[in-house]
Amino acid sequence: MANEIKDIDDHSGIETTGHSWDGIKELNNPLPRWWLYIWYGTIVWAVVYMVLMPAIPALPGMGTNTTGLRNHSDRDLVAVAVADLKEARVAQSETLLEASLEEIETDRGLQQFALAMGESLFGDNCATCHGAGGRGAAGYPILADDVWLWDGTLDGIEYTLRHGIRHDDDLDTRFSLMPSFGRDNLLSTDQIDDLTDYVLLVSGQEHDPVAAGRVAELYQQQCASCHAVDGTGDRNQGAPNLTDQEWLFGGSRDDIYNTIYNARNSHMPAWQDRLDDASIKALAVYVHTLGGGE
Amino acid sequence: MGLMNNHGVLERHSLLLTVGILIVVSIGGIIQMAPLMYMDNTIEKVDGMRPYTPLELKGRDIYIREGCYVCHSQMVRPLRDEVERYGHYSLAAESMYDHPFQWGSKRTGPDLARVGGKYSAEWQVDHLIDPRALVPESIMPPYAFLMDKKLKYEGIEDRLRTERLVGVPYSDEMIENAKGHILAQADPDDKGFDYYDSLMGLYEAEAGREGTVEARDWDGNPDEITEMDALVAYLQMTGTLVDFSTYEADDLSNRR
Repeated sequence: MANEIKDIDDHSGIETTGHSWDGIKELNNPLPRWWLYIWYGTIVWAVVYMVLMPAIPALPGMGTNTTGLRNHSDRDLVAVAVADLKEARVAQSETLLEASLEEIETDRGLQQFALAMGESLFGDNCATCHGAGGRGAAGYPILADDVWLWDGTLDGIEYTLRHGIRHDDDLDTRFSLMPSFGRDNLLSTDQIDDLTDYVLLVSGQEHDPVAAGRVAELYQQQCASCHAVDGTGDRNQGAPNLTDQEWLFGGSRDDIYNTIYNARNSHMPAWQDRLDDASIKALAVYVHTLGGGE
Repeated sequence: MGLMNNHGVLERHSLLLTVGILIVVSIGGIIQMAPLMYMDNTIEKVDGMRPYTPLELKGRDIYIREGCYVCHSQMVRPLRDEVERYGHYSLAAESMYDHPFQWGSKRTGPDLARVGGKYSAEWQVDHLIDPRALVPESIMPPYAFLMDKKLKYEGIEDRLRTERLVGVPYSDEMIENAKGHILAQADPDDKGFDYYDSLMGLYEAEAGREGTVEARDWDGNPDEITEMDALVAYLQMTGTLVDFSTYEADDLSNRR
């Protein structure tokens, strides 16, 4: 470089880059210092980063990517963070696990913890179907009232949470199956029409007494084994009470006809594989206190 | 010095200069991308991943057609709060048969990477028909029309062949029986009865374990195979394939 002839611009007296475009040349002013040092800094930082952090992917022949001196892994960090969270909860979770559901509900401290935990779990996992605060929706039972399709005790609720309702992958799931009387041709549409009147009768709504009278015997043959002789249902089979004016799928003539014709066998997933035991207990207590736990 | 002074040649020939620029710029890209194309450990080794069944694939196409990805991501990030809410963080392996992947970049609605099985199929149908009937505060548009649209799957064999071109291991047998497999997964008791065993055998063998293929009437209307059937079949499968009981997070090649 030393003996290279520098090309100095006549007008400004500053060295040019030596590049020439049709005789036009470019001044070679020095780079701003602040910029230059930041640039050097980033180069140094890149080297430091490569040494400390995983930087080079596993090329053929390498077993794994370089792990760096810090041995950093986002996946490890999240495992640690989740473990820390469990740890932070463990003291109370463990008392929750040891205590019986009844004890949780009567012990003020435990109850508060279970309810707080239950509320956030409910919002994430249950409210999508059962509504915020258990207000329910058509086809999805209200949990904030005292009408229960299945067992409404603490243990019963816990069982339902664990095993679900009509959940195929769980052998212990709560199970019953209402036949599709119309779709599967078990009854004629006339008979279903009359049965609709009968259900309207037992639920105390406007009905045709002649039609209802025609199928009084048919009701006893076809329906009473689950919904009981007097229509009050059977909780052991999740058969709803037909006399209480509470309807899961609607209580109008059309709705009832539809229910008898197609049957309604709703499904709740089992949660024991998705939620840990403490969570399920907390949820059972939360649901129990929502409205009419038994 | 001689070589350095030859830049005049480049400066006077614009085509040569363009080629030179292209070469220089592509070096960075090649260094970043080329190794990823050949590296075995980009995708974790996991048990349970299988190609999507034809019905799930059709459902996935509907998912894309309706723009579900605009509001829903499909990637649980490795962050504590996400793992708490959605479950195990997503693995690269779980998107290995996705063309294109649905990771998404915006969550107006919740992440759907692990929504499979979280709610019942009935709920998915009811919710797609009228989201606000179940979640009053939801701003999701209704997709009730999917119930009325018969699923069109005349070209399903070519659809699978296209996936095979980009590396999804569909076998000849899977492609030949694709139509039957759609029937089997949406109507296993009647129209698809003859293909049920073939569907289960082929896809569960690919997954290496049982219970990864669910066949049933999905939309509550057993008489017809609708787009709702396909979409719900897809949704109920998302995030359920990998067998996490055999996944080794500590394995060096699984560190990220």
